[in-house]
This record gives sequence, C-alpha cells and structure tokens, in this order.
Amino acid sequence: MKPFLLLTFLISLLCASPAHAMHISEGILPFNWALFWYLVSVPFLALGIRRLQSAAREDISFKPLVGLITAVVFVISCMPIPVPTAGTCSHPCGTAISAILLGPCISVVVAAVALLIQALFLSHGGLTTLGANIMSMGIMGSFAGYVVFRLLRGLRLSLGIAGFFAGIIADWITYASTSAELAAGIRGTTPFFELLWQILLSFIPTQLPLGILEGALTSGMIMLLYKKRPDLLVSMRVIKAEEIQA
Amino acid sequence: MKSRKGQAFGLILLLINCLPLVAAAQEKWAGVDETVVGKYAKEHGREKRDSFINTDQGDLLLFVFLLAGVLGGFTAGYSWCLLINKKPVPKDQTGGAIVDPLQASGKKSPDGNS
Repeated sequence: MKPFLLLTFLISLLCASPAHAMHISEGILPFNWALFWYLVSVPFLALGIRRLQSAAREDISFKPLVGLITAVVFVISCMPIPVPTAGTCSHPCGTAISAILLGPCISVVVAAVALLIQALFLSHGGLTTLGANIMSMGIMGSFAGYVVFRLLRGLRLSLGIAGFFAGIIADWITYASTSAELAAGIRGTTPFFELLWQILLSFIPTQLPLGILEGALTSGMIMLLYKKRPDLLVSMRVIKAEEIQA
Repeated sequence: MKSRKGQAFGLILLLINCLPLVAAAQEKWAGVDETVVGKYAKEHGREKRDSFINTDQGDLLLFVFLLAGVLGGFTAGYSWCLLINKKPVPKDQTGGAIVDPLQASGKKSPDGNS
C-alpha cells in the first residue's frame, strides 16, 4: 500500500507547475477607480484596527487567534488550486472563517495585511489595485460570510452547516465583487451590466467548485476549533456557553 | 479498513493526477487572473503592469512563494499551539464557565491586563 501512495505522491509533485490566481493585477484599473476603492476601504480598515486593539486588551487569547487566522488567510489566498472542470487555477479567500471568528471589521484588517504582503512580494494583486482587492476580498467577503453565518445560526442550523454556507457565499460574493470592480473600471463604452455578466460567466466554471471547497474548509476549521477549544468560540461569541457539550 | 481508506485515498490522488490530461487541450492551468481578469482587461485596452517589487522573474517567484508558505505555515502552527495548549480550567472551579487558565490564575497578560 505504502509504495502505491508514495508513487501517487511523487506523480503529484512531478505534475506540479507554477500558477497564478485571482486578485486584480497591478495597473489593470484606471487611476480614478483605484483611488475610489482605496477611499471606500479606508473607513473599514480604521474601524477594524480600532476593534482589534480593544479586543486584544480584553482577551489574551485574541492575539494568537489573530496570528493564526492572518497566517491562514495569507496562505489560503495565495495558494493556487487547480480546478479540473475548468482547466484553470484559482484560490479560496479564507475571509469567511476570519469574519466568523474575529468579526467582519477585524477580518478586513486581516485580509488587508495578507493582500499587502502578496502585492509587495509575490506579484499577486498590486499596490494600485490594493483598495479594490481589499473591497472585494476583505470587505465584501468578510461581511457576506459573517451575515450568512449569523443568519443560518439564527435559524438554528448546526455550526458545521452554517460555516459551510458562509464559506461558499463569501467566496462567490468576493468574485462577484471583483467582476463588478473590473467591469466598472475597464468598460469604456460597453454597457456595465453586459460586461459584468460576461466576466461573471467566465468566473463560474472555476469559482463554482472552489466555493464549495471554501465552504468545506470553513466548516472543517470551525468544527476543529469547536472540538479543541469550544471556550474560545464562546469568548468570540460564535456559540453560546450552553452549546458546549459536556 | 485502514487499507481500504488508503486505497481510496491513493485512487483519488491518481485520478487527480490524470485530470491534467483531460484538460491538456486547453491552456495549461492558467490562473483566473490571466484567463478572466487579464483577458477582459486586454480586450478593453488595459494591460497588467509589473509589480513595484518584481519577483516574477525566472524561479525567483517560486522561491518567494516557498518562503511565504514556510513563514505562513510556521506562524499558523505556532499560533495554533499557543491556542490549543491552554487547557480549560475544570468547571467546578469556575462555577460552570470554562475560562482561559491565564485569566483564571490572575496572571497578567502581555498587555498588562489581568
């Protein structure tokens, strides 16, 4: 059995090839749109930093949790995953898990840090398009994931299922926002909705399965934390103290 | 049972490895930044520009990605250990609530809060 697994693992390594994925690249958006998305993102970032400072003062477990989630979002959002149905590569965002555990405002800061490092050193995204990428992945992804999670928990769905759908919706909303930003920025004389629809349709073969993967990742991470540190989920107000199994 | 699970896992890995052959007729695993974002931007007269710190040169990008993966993985693992190694205080000592042991023992946090 072991040689068979080893062989398949070696084939995996040999088949691997460098790939790039999402985020709007450097220079794609015109100056006025790049500036506009920066201006939209700044208030969310300021609010997120304020919340982060006060939360870190209240709970000493918060800093390692923020470190963990930032590292996870950074790694996940620059990890190209091949999607065989489309023959292309893209990546999950990780903002759903970050918004559920840390809150949507702090999640914006986490996403911004990840996007900044990627733009500076990994040729992934760009400094001029950082505001637009923070808007789509950080703000839209985080708030969509958080709202869906809270809504489903309010309907008394289990933690795993709520996390799963939060992950899916956060991913799809992120790419829908990217499509809207791109369509608005580059459309010229083309009608906005016509171009938006074309871009959205092009994203679907890749993002449809990847969204489901992101849902599974989000659900799995929440369930793992629930098993290992349920008290942490209570202190983050993800679950109530009564929900902890004896 | 373990062997069956292993066989299933191996089979899935093998199938995944065969899938590139299915998609070989298309562009080779290009990212959606090229196939979607780049494509539409180019059609509308916008081109991708080199990054300010351009690491997309030869194998340099592979190295930077590897470094980022190692640093990100280490940070995630270290933070996970910090979180998980804090064992909850037994319920009978806290009146039912499970609290952080550092807080329960009255130790000061790095911020100076008890």
